[in-house]
Amino acid sequence: MSRRGDWVYENNGGTCVAIAGADYCVVAADTRLSVGYNILTRDHSKICELADKCVLASSGFQGDIKALHKNLAARELLYQHQHNKRMSCPAMAQLLSNTLYYKRFFPYYAFNVLGGLDSEGKGCVFTYDAVGSYERTGYSTQGTGSSLIMPVLDNQLKSPSPLLLPAKDAVTPLSESEAVDLVKDVFASATERDIYTGDKLEIVVINKAGMKREYIDLRKD
Amino acid sequence: MTGAMDLPPKGGFSYDYCRRNAMLADKGLKMPGFLKTGTTIVGLVFQDGVVLGADTRATEGPIVADKNCEKIHFMAPNIYCCGAGTAADTEAVTDMVSSQLQLHRYATGRESRVVTALTLLKSHLFSYQGHVSAALVLGGVDVTGPHLHTVYPHGSTDTLPFATMGSGSLAAMSVFESQYKEGLTREEGIKLVADAIRAGIFNDLGSGSNVDVCVITKGKTEYLRNHQLPNPRTYASSKGYSFTKGQTEVLYTKITQLKPKVEVTEGDAMEE
Repeated sequence: MSRRGDWVYENNGGTCVAIAGADYCVVAADTRLSVGYNILTRDHSKICELADKCVLASSGFQGDIKALHKNLAARELLYQHQHNKRMSCPAMAQLLSNTLYYKRFFPYYAFNVLGGLDSEGKGCVFTYDAVGSYERTGYSTQGTGSSLIMPVLDNQLKSPSPLLLPAKDAVTPLSESEAVDLVKDVFASATERDIYTGDKLEIVVINKAGMKREYIDLRKD
Repeated sequence: MTGAMDLPPKGGFSYDYCRRNAMLADKGLKMPGFLKTGTTIVGLVFQDGVVLGADTRATEGPIVADKNCEKIHFMAPNIYCCGAGTAADTEAVTDMVSSQLQLHRYATGRESRVVTALTLLKSHLFSYQGHVSAALVLGGVDVTGPHLHTVYPHGSTDTLPFATMGSGSLAAMSVFESQYKEGLTREEGIKLVADAIRAGIFNDLGSGSNVDVCVITKGKTEYLRNHQLPNPRTYASSKGYSFTKGQTEVLYTKITQLKPKVEVTEGDAMEE
């Protein structure tokens, strides 16, 4: 639709959410891949498992996202070989930021949310912009439905201000099942009003026991 | 009231704000967008008359503004019109022609004909050179028989046995092209229309929610609003939400007593 011959990006739509708890982390994304007014597939995962306690959800241009996930997975494997252990979530967070900023002048069109457990076993969520600016938060969303979902999470998971002293814990006091229930409800609501979000919801829960995956149906229209 | 207010407005477009709007646009103000209906609308001719169908989603860019709007508009008791394009335009143009048809019925003493509605619509749209963004599927049954037409924003029309319009028209047309035949029964016609609309609902992101159908035959019209509801909400939290006092932080409270600032006196009632 644009007349420029040099526009190389396209937005494949979709929404990602992550919520950090005291000893768990929930990362969720819808599975719809679209371009313009068309659906390319109803069954495409936006979630990538980078390490045993670290999961990345990305929305935006799937071409760049596939390349980014491949890049990070390869770097994690190298780390494993060199350090004889898997990468921790905060370490991966820094790596992702550096990888994104490396392409500061031809960015990855990827809006990322990284979730997992930190070295103490507490839930952590990192949120990014397209060029690598990142912050550790208690919860975040990115993607086409993010402006519909963020205010609800702000209301239900109210995080204390990071400027307060002494530093207060950003993770939510909700239980794992309550957080998953909130994620399902919030996605069902976003699906009602965002045309690019829908089809199926993939939910990954990371806790001390490992990683669990769950799917629920969303509206397909 | 002063003398300057006595004259009734002359009618027609008022240019008073044009200069101000141009100045604001230069300064960077974004003009409000139009509500488009995205849309899948269809019509077909069957044995005894015509069947019209439409989805019910209205979009503002990527956001659904109305999950259950009505896109099948009344023109006359025996003529209905589905509209795609800018919602305000389809609404305004169908209302206007519907009123004109009613006046015409009073003047002639006869039932309205589909070609009359067609001519009124096409001449209006042509005179606005495509700026009235209304793409319509017009169908009805009159003394000359069943008729189905499509009307484009620039004013051209087609007369067809089956038709689709809107962003979902390709999805719907693929269903019609594979399954339409002449002499369909009422049940077959309704089923085919519903199938075509559902193809638009599920495969086009600009269309969604429910299926509306309208069946017009000689002497009888049935408007089946929400004939199918194939998209219920998939999940609702059983916990519910409570918004207690204190959940939203109150940073600052200031109470201004109005009583000491306002004088209450006895007086006469205001004149008209």
